[in-house]
Amino acid sequence: MTLELNGYTAVDLYDELIGADGQPRPHARTLLERLQSLSDEEFRERVDAVNSAIMAMGITFTVYSEAGNIDRAWPFDVIPRLIPGSEWKRTEAGLKQRLTALNMFIDDLYGGQRIVKDGVFPAEVLAHSRNFRPQCVGAEPRFGVWAHICGTDLVRNNDGVIYVLEDNLRVPSGVSYMLENRGVMKRVFPELFEHLDILPVDEYPSQLYETLASLSPRPGDQPEIVVLTPGVFNSAYFEHTYLAQQMGAELVEGSDLVVGDDDCVYMKTIAGLTRVDVIYRRIDDDFLDPEAFRADSALGVAGLMRAWRKGNVGLANAPGAGVADDKVVYAFVPDMIRYYLDQDPLIPNVPTYLCMREEDRRHVLAHLDELVVKPANESGGYGMMVGPMASATERDKFAKLIEADPRNYIAQPTLKLSTVPTVCEGQPAARHVDLRPFILQGENLHVTTGGLSRVALKEGSLVVNSSQGGGSKDTWVVAEQEQR
Amino acid sequence: MLSRVAENVYWMSRYLERAENTARLINATTNLLLDLPRSVVVGWESLLNIMGCAEAFAEHYNVADERNVTRFLIADERNPGSIQSSLNGARDNARGLRDQLQRETWEQINDLYLYGKREAGNSLGRRRRYQFMQEIVLRRQTIIGISSSCMSRNPVYRFIIMGRSLERADMTTRILDSSAIELLGQHSEEHEAYSNLRWVSVLRSLSAYQMYRQSVQVRVSGRAVLRYLLQDRAFPRSVAFCLNDLSSCLRELPNNRKPRRSISRVLGEIDEADLHTLADTGPDAFLDHIQVGFNDIHGAIAEIYFSVKEAA
Repeated sequence: MTLELNGYTAVDLYDELIGADGQPRPHARTLLERLQSLSDEEFRERVDAVNSAIMAMGITFTVYSEAGNIDRAWPFDVIPRLIPGSEWKRTEAGLKQRLTALNMFIDDLYGGQRIVKDGVFPAEVLAHSRNFRPQCVGAEPRFGVWAHICGTDLVRNNDGVIYVLEDNLRVPSGVSYMLENRGVMKRVFPELFEHLDILPVDEYPSQLYETLASLSPRPGDQPEIVVLTPGVFNSAYFEHTYLAQQMGAELVEGSDLVVGDDDCVYMKTIAGLTRVDVIYRRIDDDFLDPEAFRADSALGVAGLMRAWRKGNVGLANAPGAGVADDKVVYAFVPDMIRYYLDQDPLIPNVPTYLCMREEDRRHVLAHLDELVVKPANESGGYGMMVGPMASATERDKFAKLIEADPRNYIAQPTLKLSTVPTVCEGQPAARHVDLRPFILQGENLHVTTGGLSRVALKEGSLVVNSSQGGGSKDTWVVAEQEQR
Repeated sequence: MLSRVAENVYWMSRYLERAENTARLINATTNLLLDLPRSVVVGWESLLNIMGCAEAFAEHYNVADERNVTRFLIADERNPGSIQSSLNGARDNARGLRDQLQRETWEQINDLYLYGKREAGNSLGRRRRYQFMQEIVLRRQTIIGISSSCMSRNPVYRFIIMGRSLERADMTTRILDSSAIELLGQHSEEHEAYSNLRWVSVLRSLSAYQMYRQSVQVRVSGRAVLRYLLQDRAFPRSVAFCLNDLSSCLRELPNNRKPRRSISRVLGEIDEADLHTLADTGPDAFLDHIQVGFNDIHGAIAEIYFSVKEAA
C-alpha cells in the first residue's frame, strides 16, 4: 500500500492514525508499517478478499427506496480505526456516567418529575416532547432502568477532543456490523492480530444476554428471551437475526406473539403456546401495541403494554425511553449528570443552540451558513442541514422551518470531524469518521470495546449513515503499553 | 420452536430439494436425447406436464421447443417452479432463518443463489447446461452434508428433513413420470428398443443406477425400476424410504397422529400397487394419485404445526 504521509491530512483536520507532523501516531505505527510493507498488488488482493468475504458471509443492509432489491452488501473499508487503550478507558467511564444519568432522568420524568420541579429541566420542553408517552407514567421497570441498550454517537473535532453528538435510546442499530467487521478483518489480515494487542469485541452478545436476562419477571428460571423484529424488510433485519442467533434467543415477529387473558406474553410454537419473559424489541414505540399506541400497527402485539405494566414481561428498551432521545433534551444531559450524580460530565456535549430560546434562535438564523441544523426527533441523518454545504434556497427553507416550529430545531457548530485513511479508488485518502459505542444497562453496566466506526466515503462529506452512502471500518482499541 | 420458523425451514428445504431434482430431471432428459438417433425427437412439452407448469408456460411462450422449455425450467423467474425461482425461494426463507441456521448453511445457500443468478441465464445451451446442473446438484449436496454432519438433531433439523423427504418423494414420482416422456417420430419396433434406455436414464438421473445394479441384478425393466424407486426400503431417493424418513421425524414431534396417519395411507397404496400393470400401461395415473396423497400429508403437517390456535 502506498500512503503518502506528506500532505496527507488537509489543513485543520485531526487524523486518527497520522499526526499533524505527517508521522504515524504512536498507537498506529505498527499497523501503518505493516500495511505499507504490502505491495500495491498484495494490498489490492486483500481488498478483494474483504469484498468477497462480505459477499460470502451475506453481510447486508437494506435501503428502503430500492424496491425489489432489498439488500445490499455492507460497504466496508479495510483500514481500521485505532483508539489508544488509555483514551478508551476514559471514554468508557464517560459513557457509563452518561447512560446512568439518562436512565435516572427518564425514570424521574415518568415518576415524580423532581428535575422539573427543581427547575433544572424546563417544563415547556417536556410539554412539547413528541416521545413522552403518557401511557408509561407510573410504570416501574426493574432497576429503574428504561434505556437498556444505548448507541451513543461520538465525534472528534479538530481540537482533538471527543464529543457526544447524540444519544440513541430507542432502537439503536449497528452493533452486529461492529462484530462482523472484526470477523472480516480476522479472516483477511490475521497477521495484524498477531503483532498488535487488539482488545476483543465479541463479549457483546453475552453481555446483552445477561442484561436482558436481568429483566426477567421470573428470576431464577432460565428466562425465555426473544428478539422482536418488524420482519425481513426492515433495514436492520440482518442485525436482528444476528443478535438472536448469537444469544440463542428466538427471533419473533409480532404475529408470533399473543397476550393471554392472564396478561402474560406467549409465543406460538409447534407444541402450542410458550411463555415469554423478556422481549428485546426492535420496533418503535408507535408500533409496539395497537391497543396502546397506533391502532393500525400490524407489527406489534395487542396487549403488550398491559403485560409490561403488570410486570409480567421485560421490555428492552422500555416504551417511552425515547423521551431522552430528543436533541433538545440532549442539550440538558450535562446538567442531568450534575443534578443526579453530582459529577462533572466526563465527555462534553457539542455546544448546542436551542431554537426555542429567543436569543439562540436569533443567533442561529443569523449564522445558518456556518451551523448544522437538526430536527429534534429524527435519526439516521434525515431532515438535517449542513449550513456550509447548503444552497441559499435550502437555508431559506430551514429558516422558515425554524420560525414555524422552534422547539423542534437545534443548531450546532459545523464540526471538523476527524479523519482516517480510507481506500478510495484503490488508494488511501482522508475521510471523516464518527464512532458509535453501545452501552448496556440492566443490573450491571457494560460498554463495547470501541464500537462501530462509520466513515463518509465521499470526499469532504460529513454524512456517515450507511443509508446515505457511508461505510464502516473495524475499530481497534489497542493496549499501547504492551505494543511490540 | 416457533410455528413460523418451522414453516420457513420446511419450505427452504423443499425449495432446495426441488432445485436439485429439477436439475436432475433436465439432465436426464438431455442425456436421453443424446443417446437417441437423430430421427427421434424428444417431446419437451411433456417435461412441462411432468412439472405441472404447462399452462404457465403457454402464457409466456408460443413454441415448446428445447430452448424455450429449458429456459422456462431453468432460468425464468416467471415460472415459480424454475430452478432460479426455487433458489430464490430457498434463500428468501433462509434469510428469515439466519438465527436458526448454521452460518455455513446460510453461506452455501446464499452462494448457490448467487451462482444461479450469475449462471442460469448462460446455461441454456446443451454443453453449459450439463455443467450447470451438475454444479447445482453438487452444491445442494454440500448443504445437505453440512446439516447432516454438523447440526444437532433438534426440531429445526427435523423440519429440514421433513421438507426434504416430502419434496424428494414427490420429485421421484415426477422423474418416474418422465419415463413416459413422449418420443416423436419413432416406429413401434423402435419403441421397445428405447424403452429400456429411458428407464436407465431415470435411474441415472437419481444417481440410482449403480445402487440398483447392486441390489436388483436383473436387466433394467420398467417393472423392476418402478419397484425399486417406489418400494425399496434401502435406497434414499425411493418414495417409501422418503416417507419412512418423514414419519420417523414426526415421531419426535408433538401431536403427530394426523400427519403420520396420512403417511401410512400413502405407503400402503405404494406397497399394494400392481407394478406389472403399471409398467405395461404407464404409471402416470397412479403417480398422479400418489402426488395427491403427498398434498394431504403436507396439509396435515401445515395444519398441526404451522397454524397454532391463538387462545391462551
